[in-house]
Amino acid sequence: MHELSIISSVVETVTESLAKYPGARVLEVRLRVGALASVVVESLEFCYGIATEGTPLEGSRLVVDVLPVVMHCERCAEDVELVGVQSFRCPRCGEPCSQMRQGREMEIESVEIDEVEETA
Amino acid sequence: MTTRIVELRRGILKKNDELAAGLRASYAAAGVLVLNLVSSPGTGKTAFLERTLRELKARDARVAALVGDLETDNDARRLASSGAPVRQINTHGICHLDAEMIGKHIDGWEGVALGDLDYLFIENVGNLVCPSSYDLGEKIRVALLSVTEGEDKPLKYPTLFNSADAAVITKMDIAEPCGFDRETALKNINEIRPGIRIFETSAKTGAGIEEWLGYLTEERANLGRV
Repeated sequence: MHELSIISSVVETVTESLAKYPGARVLEVRLRVGALASVVVESLEFCYGIATEGTPLEGSRLVVDVLPVVMHCERCAEDVELVGVQSFRCPRCGEPCSQMRQGREMEIESVEIDEVEETA
Repeated sequence: MTTRIVELRRGILKKNDELAAGLRASYAAAGVLVLNLVSSPGTGKTAFLERTLRELKARDARVAALVGDLETDNDARRLASSGAPVRQINTHGICHLDAEMIGKHIDGWEGVALGDLDYLFIENVGNLVCPSSYDLGEKIRVALLSVTEGEDKPLKYPTLFNSADAAVITKMDIAEPCGFDRETALKNINEIRPGIRIFETSAKTGAGIEEWLGYLTEERANLGRV
C-alpha cells in the first residue's frame, strides 16, 4: 500500500512543472506503469482523488497506461512480450529469460493543461 | 484558454533513484557489500540475519546491520546480541525502507563508518510488495521465503521475486512436518527469476549456512572487479 506516497510524489512533480504555466488548470495526468511495477491501478486512482485535493490538480483525470513486460530471449535473439507475469519464459520458444527490457517503469508521461493566454 | 499537453517523461521515484545511486557510489567507494533482505513478516529474516552476523563475525569479517520495522527496536536488540553494530529504523507506518531513510541512518551512525565494514545488511520491513519499488543502492537483493508460507509465494509476488538477486528458503528444519514441497518451490522461484541462486537454510540447525557464507565471501571478493 505505497500508492499514496507514489501519487503524492506525482502531485508534487506535476505542481512543480506547472510553475512555467501560471494559472493553468490541469485536465489530465498520464502515467506509464510497468506490469511489474508493483502498483495497483485502482488504488492509484483512489489515492489520486485524495492527494489532489486543494492542489492545482484537483478535479483532473488520472490515466494510467500499463506496459506489458518485455524480456530479451537469447535463443530467439529478440525482445519478446510476456503474456502474464507468472512465467518468465519466452512465449515462442520456452527459453527462460532473465534480461528485462520493459516492465518496471513508473513514469509521469504527460500533463494536459488549460493554459491562460498571456495578454500583451 | 488553450489546451496544451506538457510532456514530462519523468520517473515518479526519481528522487529515490537518485539518492540510491549516490548510496551505491558510496558503498562502492567504501568497498562494502550491501544486501537488502526482503520477505513477508514472519519468514525469519531476523533469525537468519542473526545467524549470518554471528558466523561472519566468527570469521573476523566486519559486519553491521540496519533493520527496518514500523515500530519497536526488538529486532535491533536481537541482532545486536551477535556483537555487530545494529541500528533500528522505525518507519512509523510506512511499509518499506527508502534510500533517504538509509542515507540518514548511515550518516548519523555513531562508531560506524562504511569504510570500516566488509558487509552491511539491510533488513527491510516485512512486506513482499512495496519494498520492491525502492532501490536502496544495494548490490544484492535477497528474497526470503519460509517453508511454512506455501510454494506458490513467488508466483503470487512475482515483482519482488523477479527483482531479487538471490533467494533464501528459511526454516528448512521444519520442512517435513509442514509438508513443504521442495521441488515445486524451487520450480516456482525459477519460473519467476530464471537462474537465480537459491539457498535452502535453517538458522536453527545451521543447514545451508556454509553455502550462503561462501556466496557472500565470493560476492565480497568480486566487488572490486569490473
